[in-house]
Amino acid sequence: MDVLQADSEEAVADIIKAGQPVEIKGGGTKLQLGRPVQATRRLDISAISGISLYEPAELIMTVKAGTPLGQVEAALAEQGQQLAFEPPDLSALLGSAHAGQTIGGVVATNLAGPRRVTAGAVRDHVLGMRAVNGRGEIFRAGGRVVKNVTGYDLCKLLTGSFGTMAVFTELTLKVLPAPETEETVALSNLDPREAVTVMCQGLGSSAGLSGAAYVPGKDGQSLTCLRLEGFGPSVEARRQRLTALLSGHAEMSVWPSHTSKAWWRELRDVSPLAGREGRAVWKISLPATQAPTLLQKLKSLGEHEVVLDWGGALIWLSLPCGEDARAGALRALLPPDAYAMLMVAPAEVRARQPVFQPRPAAQMAIEDKVRQSFDPDRLLNPGRMVPAV
Amino acid sequence: MRMPDPDELVIGRKPELVDGLRRIVHRESLIVDDDSLAAYDCDALSAYRQRPLAAVLPETVEQVAAILRLCRSLGVRVVPRGGGTSLSGGSMPVADGIVLAMGRFNRILEIDLANRQARVQPGVTNLAISKAVDAEGFYYAPDPSSQIACSIGGNVSENAGGVHCLKYGMTSNNVLGLEFVTLEGEVIRFGGGYDQPGLDMMGLLVGSEGLLGVITEVTVRLLPKPETARAALIGFPSNRAAADAVGAIIAAGIIPAGMEMMDKPAIKVTEDFVHAGYPLHVEALVIVELDGPPVEVDYLLAKVQEIANRCGALTCQVSESEMQRLTFWAGRKAAFPAVGRIARDYMTMDGTIPRGQLPDVLDHIAELSKKHGLGVANVFHAGDGNLHPLILFDASKQGELEAAEAFGADILRKCVDVGGVLTGEHGVGIEKRDLMSEQFTETDLAQQRRLKDVFDPVGLFNPGKVFPLLHRCVEGGKMIVSQGANYAFADLPRF
Repeated sequence: MDVLQADSEEAVADIIKAGQPVEIKGGGTKLQLGRPVQATRRLDISAISGISLYEPAELIMTVKAGTPLGQVEAALAEQGQQLAFEPPDLSALLGSAHAGQTIGGVVATNLAGPRRVTAGAVRDHVLGMRAVNGRGEIFRAGGRVVKNVTGYDLCKLLTGSFGTMAVFTELTLKVLPAPETEETVALSNLDPREAVTVMCQGLGSSAGLSGAAYVPGKDGQSLTCLRLEGFGPSVEARRQRLTALLSGHAEMSVWPSHTSKAWWRELRDVSPLAGREGRAVWKISLPATQAPTLLQKLKSLGEHEVVLDWGGALIWLSLPCGEDARAGALRALLPPDAYAMLMVAPAEVRARQPVFQPRPAAQMAIEDKVRQSFDPDRLLNPGRMVPAV
Repeated sequence: MRMPDPDELVIGRKPELVDGLRRIVHRESLIVDDDSLAAYDCDALSAYRQRPLAAVLPETVEQVAAILRLCRSLGVRVVPRGGGTSLSGGSMPVADGIVLAMGRFNRILEIDLANRQARVQPGVTNLAISKAVDAEGFYYAPDPSSQIACSIGGNVSENAGGVHCLKYGMTSNNVLGLEFVTLEGEVIRFGGGYDQPGLDMMGLLVGSEGLLGVITEVTVRLLPKPETARAALIGFPSNRAAADAVGAIIAAGIIPAGMEMMDKPAIKVTEDFVHAGYPLHVEALVIVELDGPPVEVDYLLAKVQEIANRCGALTCQVSESEMQRLTFWAGRKAAFPAVGRIARDYMTMDGTIPRGQLPDVLDHIAELSKKHGLGVANVFHAGDGNLHPLILFDASKQGELEAAEAFGADILRKCVDVGGVLTGEHGVGIEKRDLMSEQFTETDLAQQRRLKDVFDPVGLFNPGKVFPLLHRCVEGGKMIVSQGANYAFADLPRF
């Protein structure tokens, strides 16, 4: 594949104006995510890098799209701040050759971690951007302030569009204070139904959880973890509230900050399901209370493993990939409000099966027209979300 | 305010339109006589009025779809309307169009506390959602000042804010799903959970100001109510000291539920009006509200007081009761009517600036006040940089309205110059339409217009809003409140 390096937004615009389809690459950690791109040239923007503006007291950071996430997080940590949506590092899960994702890739895929359930997704933290559309035009959307209703909210539309509408060159993000401390209340050996009930109870209480996840183990063992973050005295008061609320459950323990941090990092990166040959991994989104019933139905698919996050509203599912990652069989089991995205599978499977949940025709048609309003000639990551004709 | 030229041919089709609408809705759901239509002439931006061809109040999604198909076939423009409380003219009618009033979509369809969400029709008021779940200890967080009257559909269309969006986000951060009817009468559901199955169409529709389609159902996120809320009322010797304290509080890792600021003229007029006990010897007043578990609130209030003292606070009171907390807020929330007592007319701006620019922007506004010869009082959602300068004028005096408009436009230009935006929460509407090119390039605007074309290539939805009609000088950017005018929702708090 030809690789075209761009070190400025003007260079990106020039490359797009040449009129050839391109696959967009930042850190290259998520090239296996989505459908395989139908292009023979790769546009590498990793040289468009660096933090342009960081104002901790304004809670904003403006950063070039090719900047490694690690660099962004290090700068934030120095000021006691963070990206509240807790971006995961899925390089191990996706089988990438290396780590080093860029902030542009994080925004392009809208992948958020455990804190998403209360703090919002990536899309809730993108305030502004500079980007180049499929016409090779440089444009700006949003601004650098949190409160802004001027014009259409293009930032939300473009976040999670997998590079199929525009190439980001610069992003302005809302950043937030990092919690002073954290603890996790862990309950052992609940079944899925009990676990989801406990998680919904916790999230609906004044305990102010910032994470609720369930990891089943062998022989009916399992862990249900509820995370508390904030100022020391507040975490302590809320932990007392939470443990009182859950006092009926015998096997309960409280993990201090370092144990809690390590566990949630593993969960964020979906480590329990990573690094296994021949498996397909699905990400299923649904109302949390419907998760236990779906888990029952998943038994019909044979051997599989799951991890639940977002209080049960997210199911990570790993099963033998086979010919088709069991796409049809799985989607037939989903309740109406659920959707499944194929996260891990060989390229030929991702080319044949719809990676994103199919939607009704009218909806797909509007999405396609919206995409074309940015990229009429389908030059940007063609095929990544839906097959390019 | 100039609107797109009405199409006489379309106006001539009124009999056909009325016939068609009668076949879709009950007789009492269709308003065509001039007297009854007057109620729809304007929204809360009442300086601008226009009688529509008709107003129709559908009750079902099928009726909405049928109305849209009819209007499309006749080329009739459609102005969607919720509670009619827009401050930017978001539901201002056009002469050759109908008002599609969604007030009868007023049912809460499903409350799902286990999943912390509610499915509601768009005509349900913002406050009614919180009230419906209050007893179970939940609420809907965005709280625009008009929440007793404004509809959730209107909130979604305008991406409404409120005092508490610093901590809890705007409407767009609190909506999980939408049902939406296109101009072709297609009913589509977007969103529905924490993830999007394809493009984030819901993200595009929230804040699209009624230009893309009609929202017929909204799924909102519910939050557990905070256990307690307390406020601190802090006086400073200068705007700069107050702004420094606001920045220092956030830099200390504290995100208050609300953080408001008033300058000296605003303090004076509100204290004269409501006697909230505000200190009159200070130059700037900051209200910091913290919510959450009592232990956390007490802990953070102590930190806030320490920061305030370090920044040179002259006075600092902390609310010891719910009544005292509400008294602290009373003055701030009465700022608009208080200003209305000392000036015959006033105009409210809604720009957002990077907070650090506040002292310089306030100095600049003071200079502009001299230049234009008009008074100004400033209230400010300080936490998120959303500025509401109130320009005082007398429309009965020759040239003062024009001077006030020029003053307002100068303020918004300054907001954009320092890295801010034209509107933080009121929407562009007709009001700031002609200033859009101050903030966006032609390429930026063309990109947005192409999205409009995807949904509405002939321009039937909410014409004359958001996008400039022509390239020409500024004439917008304000909400005018005139004692001379009988203005809509005069009794609603506005802050």
